[in-house]
Amino acid sequence: MEPLLRMDDVHTHIGQYHILQGVSFEARAGEVGVLLGRNGAGKTTTLKTILGLTPASGGRVSFGGTDVTKKRTHAISRSGIGYVPEDQGIFSTLTVEENMKVAMTRETEETRKKLDTVLELFPDLKTFWKKDGGHLSGGQKQMLAMARAFVGNSKLLLIDEPSKGLAPIIIEKVMEAIQEMKQHTTIVLVEQNFMMASRIGDTYTLIDDGRTVQSGRMADLAGNDELKRKYLGIG
Amino acid sequence: MKKPMNWSKISLIIAAVLLAAIPFVSDSRTWLILLTQIFIFSILAMSYDVLLGYAGMVSFGHAMFFGIGAYTTAVLLDRFEPTLLVFSLSIAAGMLIAGIISFFVGLLTLRLKDHFFAMLTLALSGLFLVLAEKWRSVTNGNDGFTFSAPDVFRDRAVFYLTVLALLVVVYFALRRFTNSPLGRVLIAVRENEQRTKALGYRTLAYKVIASVVAGVTASLAGSLYVVSLRFVNTSVMAMDVTLDALLMTIIGGVGTLIGPIIGAGIIELAQHYLSDLAGEYPLFERWIIFFGILYILAVIFFPTGIAGFFKSLFSRRRRPEADAPPLEPAKPEVPR
Repeated sequence: MEPLLRMDDVHTHIGQYHILQGVSFEARAGEVGVLLGRNGAGKTTTLKTILGLTPASGGRVSFGGTDVTKKRTHAISRSGIGYVPEDQGIFSTLTVEENMKVAMTRETEETRKKLDTVLELFPDLKTFWKKDGGHLSGGQKQMLAMARAFVGNSKLLLIDEPSKGLAPIIIEKVMEAIQEMKQHTTIVLVEQNFMMASRIGDTYTLIDDGRTVQSGRMADLAGNDELKRKYLGIG
Repeated sequence: MKKPMNWSKISLIIAAVLLAAIPFVSDSRTWLILLTQIFIFSILAMSYDVLLGYAGMVSFGHAMFFGIGAYTTAVLLDRFEPTLLVFSLSIAAGMLIAGIISFFVGLLTLRLKDHFFAMLTLALSGLFLVLAEKWRSVTNGNDGFTFSAPDVFRDRAVFYLTVLALLVVVYFALRRFTNSPLGRVLIAVRENEQRTKALGYRTLAYKVIASVVAGVTASLAGSLYVVSLRFVNTSVMAMDVTLDALLMTIIGGVGTLIGPIIGAGIIELAQHYLSDLAGEYPLFERWIIFFGILYILAVIFFPTGIAGFFKSLFSRRRRPEADAPPLEPAKPEVPR
């Protein structure tokens, strides 16, 4: 079966810096693929390259069988890719409601159903529905960011370090939400917290110095202490 | 569910009614002229607020649209019979030309970021100023020309009421625009353009729409301005006009629409009274220095502008309640 997302030997330059020097991986429909690697390995840039925020200078990115390498960000997003950035990217002067409405570029029966699902997942958002995004706590912002990406017409969600800076109890909630979202959409996750990654990920891709060094099933990585020690500094 | 009363809307309508009563209770010509100027510059400053406060763009070329409206109205009233019909058509023509030019200027400039955008708008505005100076057969260059306004505006009170009515219409139209889904996307663009793109929005198109709305509104202000003077010269396209609009917006409060009206009032009144004081106290012959001090104080003590200051004051008073954890789960009106 053709993977939903495929990156073939992708290179990305930011200014004079050659950040991605050959990233390849696949995300299959209905799975959670986790990008792992040390700080500065190129995981966030990989997500940004998929979305065209830092366009690829070489290689090929295809989504749903279509080449999206040269497409603009808004067109890639509209083709069905949602993004939850590392800094959450909440619009702080818009209310929670307005943040959600901006994300629902087209209000359809499907997006309304998704909104109901997401409000069940994150009931806090209902409580703060009329509150400015800037007044939310870190955990609430993360929930809003994920909810916002989910209600868009996304077949694939790119989530960048959702556990970063959050209290353990909130991380647990975020993990539950990702598990639930997995029932509805495919997810590519960047995560430093290996415990979290191994619990929710189906596949992994190890990135080091801007290159893919290994891919496979998450269960295999969990049992491979040498690989974890070499590329993640754990184990 | 009963809809809550919109107090800001009601107080604005009351303020407009009180202002409309002024010509019937006072015969001060100076006040009528001064208030008319404030209303006109309020329209200009609100148009600038659409760019700065909602789309987050600092333009140094806004005077070009003010000038386009000013010259279109002045030239048409000068070349044709100065009737109300010609006046109305000249306003429409000015807005149309400003709309077309702001569309192309927007397409050309809005791909650029921050100061690059500001510099290019400054350059284009300079180009239009030079065009107005050199095209003497139409504009009479820097000397400008006088023209007749429609007879009905000989009575200053009628013109005052017309401008006030237009100010009210423009305010509510822009408020509707900024509160619309499109306005929300503009705020999103201002806050984080990359993020808005990642949500699937073609942000350039939204910024161009904001540029056209701002340009068309500024043109209306320009048309009214020259009719109030019955004279036009190239000063309507000068950098001072843009700076006035910028300062009115900043002092009043960006992204509020009501702020620019307050800002226009403060700046016009300050200009009027400070220059008046020069007659009595020689120190005030350099009144522009005091004006500068006023700007500095306003920016230090009201960094979010006067309207922004009061808005945050009220929201601070309300916040303890909003932050308190609800005893029962709230039942928000979620979109269905």
